[in-house]
Amino acid sequence: MQASNRWFIAVTIFLSMLLVVMPLPQQWLWFRPAFPALLIIFWVSRMPQTLGVGFAWLVGILEDLVTGATLGTHALALAVLAYFSLLTYQRTRAFNPAQQLLWVFVLVGINQVVGNWVHGLEGKTVPGLTFLWPALTTALLWPCVAPPLLRVCARLHIR
Amino acid sequence: MKPLFTRGPSPESRLIALGILSIALFAVSYYTDWFQSTRERLFDVVAPLYWITGAPERVGDWAGEQFRSREELLEENDRLKRRVLLLEHRSQLLAAVKAENTQLKELMNSAEMVDDRVLVAQIIGVSPDPLEHVLLIDKGRNDGIDVGTPVMDAGGLLGQVIEAGDSFSRILLITDSSHAIPVQVLRNSMRAVAEGTGDLYRLKLRHLANTSDIREGDILLSSGLGGRFPAGYPVGEVMSVTRDPGKPFAEAEVLPRGRMNRSRFVLAVIGDRGRGLASK
Repeated sequence: MQASNRWFIAVTIFLSMLLVVMPLPQQWLWFRPAFPALLIIFWVSRMPQTLGVGFAWLVGILEDLVTGATLGTHALALAVLAYFSLLTYQRTRAFNPAQQLLWVFVLVGINQVVGNWVHGLEGKTVPGLTFLWPALTTALLWPCVAPPLLRVCARLHIR
Repeated sequence: MKPLFTRGPSPESRLIALGILSIALFAVSYYTDWFQSTRERLFDVVAPLYWITGAPERVGDWAGEQFRSREELLEENDRLKRRVLLLEHRSQLLAAVKAENTQLKELMNSAEMVDDRVLVAQIIGVSPDPLEHVLLIDKGRNDGIDVGTPVMDAGGLLGQVIEAGDSFSRILLITDSSHAIPVQVLRNSMRAVAEGTGDLYRLKLRHLANTSDIREGDILLSSGLGGRFPAGYPVGEVMSVTRDPGKPFAEAEVLPRGRMNRSRFVLAVIGDRGRGLASK
């Protein structure tokens, strides 16, 4: 991987961390999209040869440190997410936008289920399926984020 | 295209290895505090993220301050002056009461009350996790804050420090569902434990005897039991008491006095560590 690629990926991860801690009103907190998960799906399906489970795990550890969650929570969830994106990236590239949106919902949903499982171990219970809201908002955000990011990648010759 | 799995172990084995590592990390940080000091050091590195994302709000506040009219400022100044006068008057009365109290305590041979040292800190962020009530403030170990330092605002107790970096710290609010604080009723010194509910405007007193003397409007103070919080700080006000004869215990709902959602500046009570209990 070229140095410029590495820089660009680092910048996107940094921005996603900013968005993760951005202050939101209390009642909107559940609807915050899972920005790091979105980026993991994007980068892993974009560069499956170089970025994978380990990369996602490191981003997860970073997110744990930033949000103050118990160490390993997001790391585990993002590693699982990266694994499923690695398995399916060849198919998802051929998906049309609606299919992609649905698939992102499923992937981030898996991510949320793992995160919710760890929360459950800590004794923090969530009413019903509330924990799936971020999956929905992330999926809706996907068409607004992925194509522009792809265009920037093309301009910067990132492959 | 390069063959996919030529370098290193396969994604499956990586996932399994990292999964086990994550669960190990999780277990270690849940059951022990081995990572506490490392986390606190790294926390100083990540806290500026919160500071950056809070910047637009601060700029808005600053602009609001800058563009206020002269009349408004004069009026506010006048109001504040009157308030200071009032508070000074009250604190003078308190000084007399305090001196008398100290004298009485000396007569009873009990430990002397120590003055609490108070530090003003600014809230720079809120935890993004909707399941926990955690605030970040811009003061840390360099300013004398330590894990367990109680934090309050003008209304009452807010919470305690759970992670203290060098210049930033994290506060767990008393309304967090994992928090509980020993309290006593101001009117009759009855003791209870106020648990957080995960709702910013509600605490709960559980396991109250059905016959206990508690009613709507009672003020709850921290009791100092447990040695974590100093005694005598206002915690909340009883909103309702549910006495169901079919149940072994009564329950009470409490409105916290501290403004969990709205405070900008908070007071960290440093000094007086661990003496709240001794002085009782």
